[in-house]
Amino acid sequence: MPEASPTLYLLAGALLFAIGFHSLLVQPHVLRRVMALNVMGVGVFLLFAALAARTRGETPDPVPHAMVLTGIVVSVCATGLALALAHRLEAAEEEEREDESAGDGRQARAEHEETDR
Amino acid sequence: MIGPLVDLLLLLLIVLLAWRALNGRDLLRGVIEFIAMGLLVAVAWVRLRALDIALAEAAVGSGLTGALLLSALHRMRRREVRRRDRTDGGEG
Amino acid sequence: MTARADRGHGRASRVAVGALALGLLAALSWAVLSLPGSFDGLTGPALGRLSESGVTNPVTAVLLNYRAYDTLLELAVLLLAIAGVWALRRGDWPAGDLHGRPLVISLLRIALPLLTLTAGYLLWIGAFAPGGAFQGGAMLGAAALLALLSGRAVCARRHTGALRAGLVLGVLVFAGAAGGAAALTGEILRYPPGDADVWILGIEAAAIVSIGLTLGALYLGGRPGDRHA
Repeated sequence: MPEASPTLYLLAGALLFAIGFHSLLVQPHVLRRVMALNVMGVGVFLLFAALAARTRGETPDPVPHAMVLTGIVVSVCATGLALALAHRLEAAEEEEREDESAGDGRQARAEHEETDR
Repeated sequence: MIGPLVDLLLLLLIVLLAWRALNGRDLLRGVIEFIAMGLLVAVAWVRLRALDIALAEAAVGSGLTGALLLSALHRMRRREVRRRDRTDGGEG
Repeated sequence: MTARADRGHGRASRVAVGALALGLLAALSWAVLSLPGSFDGLTGPALGRLSESGVTNPVTAVLLNYRAYDTLLELAVLLLAIAGVWALRRGDWPAGDLHGRPLVISLLRIALPLLTLTAGYLLWIGAFAPGGAFQGGAMLGAAALLALLSGRAVCARRHTGALRAGLVLGVLVFAGAAGGAAALTGEILRYPPGDADVWILGIEAAAIVSIGLTLGALYLGGRPGDRHA
């Protein structure tokens, strides 16, 4: 199998990290933000693995590989937790909105009937 | 010559899929593109001789994370439909 | 932070974030490209003492011998994550709508045993070749997912005790092994010389169960208990 040049993978890892970072700050939807965090993670892992592939011998450096393995598992845990948090957050916001609309619902309905279709 | 070319193609695809997953229109398509990106990243691990990571990435990084995202997406859509039904019923 | 809320990040702030991201890209690229092109890192020491570590796969040696403490903490992170998810939500049953579809049972009959077998294989082979507890645990997680999706895992609602025991098994066994090793050799996670392979296999066997259950439970996304629990 022809050798993989680490340089390309280093650049790709950095690029993925930047793309994830950008989307994390810009995208409004929580699901996209979770994906952006994951993409950032993948970028970092690519960096680690590319750095590990620079060894002079046949075997790549096993320590970064182990770190990436740990990182992948922690990533999926964080994703699961983040999605549960997002669900609860939306439920709480919904409750808040319903309480508000119930409070001034009577007034709003009166106004609404005036401008009724 | 063929090695760097394959790497370049692979990484271009990965970056493209990542960009589209995060900045595309449809959320469902985005999640699917994310899963596809994950699988290509597993190939990247093989290219970097990180076979243990490749196994874990394909199953956990791409597969399970994608399943979690799809499940969350489904829950959000269902909640939106329920909310819409409730407000329509209230005004009806 | 709902689906439709705050659509508008002003044009200026988008450009600013874009510039920041580009700066980050430049800095990161410069940092990694200025590193030496060939660097052994810890490969020498890691491979040098591989014969004493009890396994032949260097990554497994790093994970379960050289840096075993990190892996213990990682199992604890898995436990914390599922504890957090359970504290937040109740899992939605049914977890999938494949129940009753005709081909699903046939699929499960083939897939579940195959996945379990593959998990066991990966657990064993991880000492000599790419594989290990995490990869095997991912297979078990996939099996759990299939069971959840097809409605076959509803029994988990009643047997939450066994589920909880399985979730903590990995951390318990690993911590127990750390203590046991300390009692035998004076240092935590320093396996008795010559027996390292047995200790590692034992720890990985407990870990694979925990990992598979945790991944499946993460997919369920909440407490599995009965309606009134």
